[in-house]
Amino acid sequence: MAEPGSDVVVVGAGIIGAACAFFGARAGLSITVLDRGSVGGGTTSRCEGNILVSDKGPGPELDLALASRSLWLDLAAEHGAERYELEEKGGLVVATSEAGLSSLRSFAAGQGTGGVIAEPVASERLRDHEPNLAAGLPGGAFYPQDMQVQPVLAAASLLAAARDLGARVVTGEEVTGALRGADGRITAVRTARTTYPTAAVVNAAGTWGAVVGERLGGTVPVLPRRGFILVTEPLPRVVRHKVYSADYVDNVASGDAGLETSAVVEGTRGGTVLIGASRERVGFDETLSVEVLRRLAAQAVRLFPFLAQVRLMRSYRGFRPYCPDHLPVIGSDRRVPGLLHACGHEGAGIGLAPATGRLVADLLTGAPPQLDPAAFDPMRFVLEDA
Amino acid sequence: MGTSRSDRVHDVVVVGAGPAGLAAAGRAAALGADVALVDGAAVPGGQYWRQPADDALAGSVASLHHGLARYRRLVERVRGIEAAGGWFPRHQVWTVTREEGTFVVLAITGTGAEEREVGIRGRRLVLAPGAYDRQVPFPGWDLPGVMTAGGVQALLKGHAVTAGRRVVVAGTGPFLLPVAAGLAESGATVAGVHEAASPLAWGRHIGAVVRNVAKLGEGAGYVRTLARHRVPVRTRSVVVAAHGEQVLERLTVARLAADGSVLPGSRTTVAADVLAVGWGFTPQLELPMALGCATRVDVDGSLVCTVDDQQRSSVEGVFVAGEACGIGGADLAVVEGEIAGAAAAGTPLTDRRLLRRRLALRRFAAAMHAAHPVPTGWIDRLTEDTVVCRCEEVTVGRLRSALPLGADDARSAKLLARPGMGWCQGRVCGYAVSCVMSAWTGVPPSPVSIAARSVASPLRLGTVAATEDPSSAAES
Ligand SMILES: Cc1cc2nc3c(=O)[nH]c(=O)nc-3n(C[C@H](O)[C@H](O)[C@H](O)COP(=O)(O)OP(=O)(O)OC[C@H]3O[C@@H](n4cnc5c(N)ncnc54)[C@H](O)[C@@H]3O)c2cc1C
Ligand SMILES: Cc1cc2nc3c(=O)[nH]c(=O)nc-3n(C[C@H](O)[C@H](O)[C@H](O)COP(=O)(O)OP(=O)(O)OC[C@H]3O[C@@H](n4cnc5c(N)ncnc54)[C@H](O)[C@@H]3O)c2cc1C
Repeated sequence: MAEPGSDVVVVGAGIIGAACAFFGARAGLSITVLDRGSVGGGTTSRCEGNILVSDKGPGPELDLALASRSLWLDLAAEHGAERYELEEKGGLVVATSEAGLSSLRSFAAGQGTGGVIAEPVASERLRDHEPNLAAGLPGGAFYPQDMQVQPVLAAASLLAAARDLGARVVTGEEVTGALRGADGRITAVRTARTTYPTAAVVNAAGTWGAVVGERLGGTVPVLPRRGFILVTEPLPRVVRHKVYSADYVDNVASGDAGLETSAVVEGTRGGTVLIGASRERVGFDETLSVEVLRRLAAQAVRLFPFLAQVRLMRSYRGFRPYCPDHLPVIGSDRRVPGLLHACGHEGAGIGLAPATGRLVADLLTGAPPQLDPAAFDPMRFVLEDA
Repeated sequence: MGTSRSDRVHDVVVVGAGPAGLAAAGRAAALGADVALVDGAAVPGGQYWRQPADDALAGSVASLHHGLARYRRLVERVRGIEAAGGWFPRHQVWTVTREEGTFVVLAITGTGAEEREVGIRGRRLVLAPGAYDRQVPFPGWDLPGVMTAGGVQALLKGHAVTAGRRVVVAGTGPFLLPVAAGLAESGATVAGVHEAASPLAWGRHIGAVVRNVAKLGEGAGYVRTLARHRVPVRTRSVVVAAHGEQVLERLTVARLAADGSVLPGSRTTVAADVLAVGWGFTPQLELPMALGCATRVDVDGSLVCTVDDQQRSSVEGVFVAGEACGIGGADLAVVEGEIAGAAAAGTPLTDRRLLRRRLALRRFAAAMHAAHPVPTGWIDRLTEDTVVCRCEEVTVGRLRSALPLGADDARSAKLLARPGMGWCQGRVCGYAVSCVMSAWTGVPPSPVSIAARSVASPLRLGTVAATEDPSSAAES
């Protein structure tokens, strides 16, 4: 028994699958989204929802991030910022040492050439931006382009908009494989329950992209990178922007397997303060690491001394989907006609979602891509015969 | 702020000094184990034998207690633990971890600027954290004056305070009777006890009941007390709404039909300044779940720890006893504690009598749960503006607005509409939200997602940070 057919099946109802569904539906494709869990219940529900350019140096990821940022603004203009809880709050990067300040300055200068606006902030001006910041920090940079959305709401709203354009979203449906024709092309997606006839499949399974890719016949090297976030009791608005110490930048780019932490502090609408995030490669280990909590708490208190008196209410953790070269995989899998990948966005999937979705829609419809997809080619990990 | 950590490794660390934990600690110590006993309260006793922190009040609440002789025996048995420096009162455990083959119980003690963390190490753990009141929302339940039955009882036993002058006790389960009797004996006017279950409900489980006549005897005593104070006790009766300008003034009560709906024409109004309402209890599973102990859904719909006949959890070295293994009352908690304490001390009990007693008490508990379900009609009586989550002020209407966004269970509802995101972390609303979502979507409730909490008890970030090794976090 089979379900009605569609042009495209998107596997995964996280932020990436939601963006693929929305831009695909808008391009006129009939879309079915399948997720084994709930809408946005994967890593999308385990993150902070930042849309950042401040942490990226010039290169393909920054290009994707800038394109995405303007698409987020378009979406907010079209559907209402409330649908995404989009806030253009800006980011404040704070150096904690003179050496850190000079490397921040040169990093920011490089970003400028890529289109990032970074305003140097002198030591004595830091508290104009963040009145509760520790005294005596050497200086920083303000990034007016950094924004935030509520990630699960954003994914749900994109899917709702896709549904309005005719897409179908089925949750509680685990994808187990694909059916392929004599020519090797995908003809249908199999789930634990039934099959969905389709001409194309988008693997948007995030951290589980490797498993889903394999089930569909073309694996991709996506691995988990664990991160913890601390949540405080609700407070009146005490942190205005996203605030982080400059060494975050080094962590993001690092290939080191060990534990890395550098506090990223921000207020939320609910009044809680979020303190993220750690990075470590420990597989899918779900146990609470008290050591990580201690480090993040200590670093946050160093930035905002008043936090020492504020209570930790809970913590949560997620597994960022990362590839060995820290770039997402977006594009067609030439081993399996009909299969596309859109996963591996590591710690930036929210920020990168709309441009990813639009790129996938371009590739599906054959429209000229509005962004060079070469750096994200899934085939870059595959040794192909010349 | 600061931290202290000793290198002492106890044979057994018991968390919770209620009936289960007291029994476990005493038994393990009697068998020669070096035991630590940790509780957030100042005095052992747990909920059942809750004692005032202030000794001067102890006399005035003694009459409220049952089995005080047994309590004193249990406390006597843990004196040696105290003498050996193993009693940690006023130590609230926020999480449990493992380090180099031992368990480390991380507790917070001291308040305000004095707050500090203490790490208590043990080779084996007995977790006996008990339970908290299960609640369901109804129109007006967020008015001041609407309290949980357990909360009213805790005020009475712990502070010798009657929560109100004119109190209505409602909900379901045998626990309503001691609450009402205690209030009446302490001078409050109990305007009525409204038990949702049918008086015949126990009939089908007469076997389990007969084997536990002691428990019935306790109940009969409460019934006599209530009769003496002329407290009306209504069965198949339920509070459907609370009213008042600023605080609780009146309640609407009604008779229930067999299907849990309200009998037409049966609504009446009762004046009250406090409503003590209880729909059973929810086990507190943060600590066992932090260690990865396996769970199951019990007959009353609560998530409980899975244990074997020695109270062993699925995690090597971790034993669980009392309400965390299934709501069953203080007698069962004590029996489970004795068994867990012996097993954790490395000398499993061979006393078949105790094992048989546990079986009988469990059957009794199962009969109790079957006789006192939460009648499902409460979901139909919610209005769009009934608050479901009080911390985040989420109404039924707001919750419903998450449906078109794709919310289909308690977790996705929380992510899209915020119930359970606030201070209590879903302890109050988790059960209700999962029932409501399940009723709306047909997706079965998933109690696991509402029971796990990474931080069992909030603590200051400065305290979390204090034990951090400064060298490891030095700026690179
Ligand atoms: C601690 C932390 C902080 C972060 N902070 C930020 C931030 O501030 N900003 C930012 O941009 N990013 C951040 N991220 C990263 C971001 O969360 C991810 O990049 C993003 O959520 C990935 O989205 P996704 O849609 O690819 O994956 P997911 O949201 O995980 O979606 C994948 C979906 O696939 C489904 N699925 C898996 N297998 C199957 C199957 N076999 N069949 C059907 N469905 C399946 C899953 O159920 C899941 O819903 C953070 C991540 C972490 C862990
Ligand atoms: C508020 C309330 C009042 C009750 N009153 C009665 C009553 O009057 N009569 C009756 O028959 N039943 C009562 N009950 C039911 C009661 O749960 C059982 O009868 C019995 O007390 C269960 O024993 P226990 O040892 O399993 O748990 P409890 O008695 O609940 O003991 C658990 C102990 O663990 C401690 N604890 C829990 N978590 C932590 C932590 N993280 N750190 C440190 N310490 C911790 C608590 O302080 C408590 O002392 C009440 C329940 C509640 C919730």
